[in-house]
Amino acid sequence: MKTHQFEVVVVGAGGAGLMAGLYASKSASTAVISKLYPARSHTGAAQGGIGAALGNLEEDRPEWHTYDTVKGSDYLADQDAVEFMCKEAPGIVYELEHMGLPFSRTDEGKIAQRFFGGHTNNETTKPVKRTCYAADRTGHMILQTLYQQSIKNKVQFYDEFQVLDIIKTDEGIAGIVALEIATGEMHVFHAKSIIMATGGWGRVWEITSNAFAYTGDGVAIALRHGIPAQDMEFFQFHPTGIYKMGILITEGVRGEGGILLNGKGERFMEKEGNAPNVKELASRDVVSRAMYQEMKQGNGVDGERYLYLDVTPETVNKYAALDGRTRPDGTPYVVTGEEILGKLPDIIDFCETYLGVNPVTDPMPVQPTAHYGMGGIPTDNYGRVVVDKDRKEIMPGLYAVGENGCVSVHGSNRLGSNSLLDLVVFGKFSGIEAANHAKNSEYIPLPENPTEYAEQQLDALRNADGDERLSEIGREMKEVMFEHVGVFRVEEGMKEALEKIRELKVRFKNIKIDDKGKQFNMDLLNAWELSNLLDIAEVTTAAALNRKESRGGHARNDYQERDDENWMKHTLAWLEEDGVRLDYKDVVFTKFEPKKRVY
Amino acid sequence: MKKITLKLFRYNPETDTKPHYDTYKLEVEPTDRVLDLLEKVKGYEDGTLSFRRSCAHGVCGSCAMRVNGENKLACKTLIQDIKSSKITVEPILGMPVLKDMIVDMEPFFDNYKKVMPYFINDDPKPEKEHIQSIEEQERFDDTAKCILCGACTTSCPSFWANDEYVGPAAIVNAHRFIFDSRDQGAAERLQILNDQFGVYRCRTIFNCTLACPREIEITKAIGEVKKAIATGSLD
Repeated sequence: MKTHQFEVVVVGAGGAGLMAGLYASKSASTAVISKLYPARSHTGAAQGGIGAALGNLEEDRPEWHTYDTVKGSDYLADQDAVEFMCKEAPGIVYELEHMGLPFSRTDEGKIAQRFFGGHTNNETTKPVKRTCYAADRTGHMILQTLYQQSIKNKVQFYDEFQVLDIIKTDEGIAGIVALEIATGEMHVFHAKSIIMATGGWGRVWEITSNAFAYTGDGVAIALRHGIPAQDMEFFQFHPTGIYKMGILITEGVRGEGGILLNGKGERFMEKEGNAPNVKELASRDVVSRAMYQEMKQGNGVDGERYLYLDVTPETVNKYAALDGRTRPDGTPYVVTGEEILGKLPDIIDFCETYLGVNPVTDPMPVQPTAHYGMGGIPTDNYGRVVVDKDRKEIMPGLYAVGENGCVSVHGSNRLGSNSLLDLVVFGKFSGIEAANHAKNSEYIPLPENPTEYAEQQLDALRNADGDERLSEIGREMKEVMFEHVGVFRVEEGMKEALEKIRELKVRFKNIKIDDKGKQFNMDLLNAWELSNLLDIAEVTTAAALNRKESRGGHARNDYQERDDENWMKHTLAWLEEDGVRLDYKDVVFTKFEPKKRVY
Repeated sequence: MKKITLKLFRYNPETDTKPHYDTYKLEVEPTDRVLDLLEKVKGYEDGTLSFRRSCAHGVCGSCAMRVNGENKLACKTLIQDIKSSKITVEPILGMPVLKDMIVDMEPFFDNYKKVMPYFINDDPKPEKEHIQSIEEQERFDDTAKCILCGACTTSCPSFWANDEYVGPAAIVNAHRFIFDSRDQGAAERLQILNDQFGVYRCRTIFNCTLACPREIEITKAIGEVKKAIATGSLD
């Protein structure tokens, strides 16, 4: 065992962790530990852009961004937090540009912006160009830029270190335990402030856009220490994943004029009850539900469970003319194949590689794909973990940020291009706050055996000499969660899922780990990751089962309406010996009264 | 379904004195990725098989490997695109093998860090964004796509011959900043690359360009850096 001491330790090196590390390291000794090399983090897979009301192409205001985000959240977001994020947005996008981020440019040489679902001019209610982009690889550019700046600023990294535990004593947070993957050696990081930035948990579901690494490590570790997870029932299914594979096709495709068509060639988003006003540019929950309904009615392509996303110039121009869509100078919106190629090069590459389809000439087969967790470890605007329902009790020294945190700015449904924004805004402020806390506090002494709990967990896995295969337990979990805790949910299905997850947790105790070694024992670590996914699946299902309404990413066939009277509240879920305990906390309102959500 | 023979390089430093190959017969879909095959073997036949992977769609750069002798991302190589029904997967060359497909990437990242791969501009920051034209941005757009997978550097005979050569990936990342109109560190980076272990080790063999899963025109980018050093001009 090795012991290190840093004032601030950041866990995770995606957009949130790197931003937090950059800011914390300005004034406190800081280490960033990550199970992947930083450049491998899943922020790099984000495509379409980052939302900020720069107004580079048309009038826009942070207040409109705030309202759109609140409406997109189906009114479950905390409005003070949304206001804070949207107000910070333009400044932080300029800050990224000042770090060298290579944004695409307008004719005037400013940062280019595009349409994205749910972002509107609040006066005309028409879509507004708010999403700042670098082609269709904005996340890649953010990740690279932040990593580059971290190298420039000599941030201390521990690459390929798997966090296993936080060290929490009676006195408070004292550090974390991590396994050096290359050697199998345990490391203790003694710290005053810990920032959890471990990303999401889309690997709970069968069809997902998420990386293998997205196993919810931060949330699972928090749950094991009696910290609740908030709003876990709200998981976003992105409308356009590549059929069967789940690989993300950015909403930017629709922003550039792409149209969703059913098997009959109909533009179903304009149907009454879907989104007759903004059509394909409605928010993601609305579009994913409309797609499911189409497929359920037998309108999938060739009767299969997919639809077409069509961005061929012929289709784009036809519908742009019908919609009366214009360019900023007022001329009709007309695109060429070359322009599509220039704006969506990676999408075209993915489709050619995985489907043998060229989107410039042919439509793409798509289906909704598990994409983003709106919930996570509850925090305030500075990433401080808030553990009670009255928002009074913070856990000093513990921070959560990015997808594994829940401020909540996304409520029950996140708008596209708000996650990259969330990462950098809250990454920055948690980094500053964590360093401040470190300056004003002492190290809490380490317990006698700080790695005890982590060792216990790994030993249990190593010594379980049963006959269950991880891959099979994982497969069954993903299948049941996609079937019953997916885009649409119903009481019986969720009960079945919960029962199944509990059965799988029992079977998990009887797994067999083939690899008995220490170096790069991915078999063992994959087992530990699966234990995280199972815990998260259980919490998600229990929270979903109890919420008897439909709101944002949680749509029930047996309770189809939003029920503000009973359910305008955040879920808090604790994982206890005998199952999941649920409680609820109020939503913060400032300006916006809940209204029926129509696009 | 299609029947294939999968031959995998195996080396476990804790149990093996030297590497060997294991062979598996699998039934696969033509649209399966090589990564899917590795997952299948690991998940259902031998959990000790070790390899890096994360995004599974060609953007994170974790899974660069040799597939039938060519550097590829395992997640971006489909069975239907491999002509033979015999598929051999081995670790990339030129770096120490740590276990199965996992190589030591530290020397690769050390070389990357040598070229000052970060934005340098010491002027007072503008109130909003720096103004940069579409053409100026396009000047380094290709090299900004790099995902640091290492496929190029580990396909380069000059790198195999001498691993002190910074290698194509580092030069690509230097290029990304040298030709960025907003950046002020070009002179220093060109000086670093005008070294015996810099750009002149490149013998324009083009392996790097062929290996790049992001289709970056690497040899061309290296040529542009060479020209900038020779002429002292970035035009």
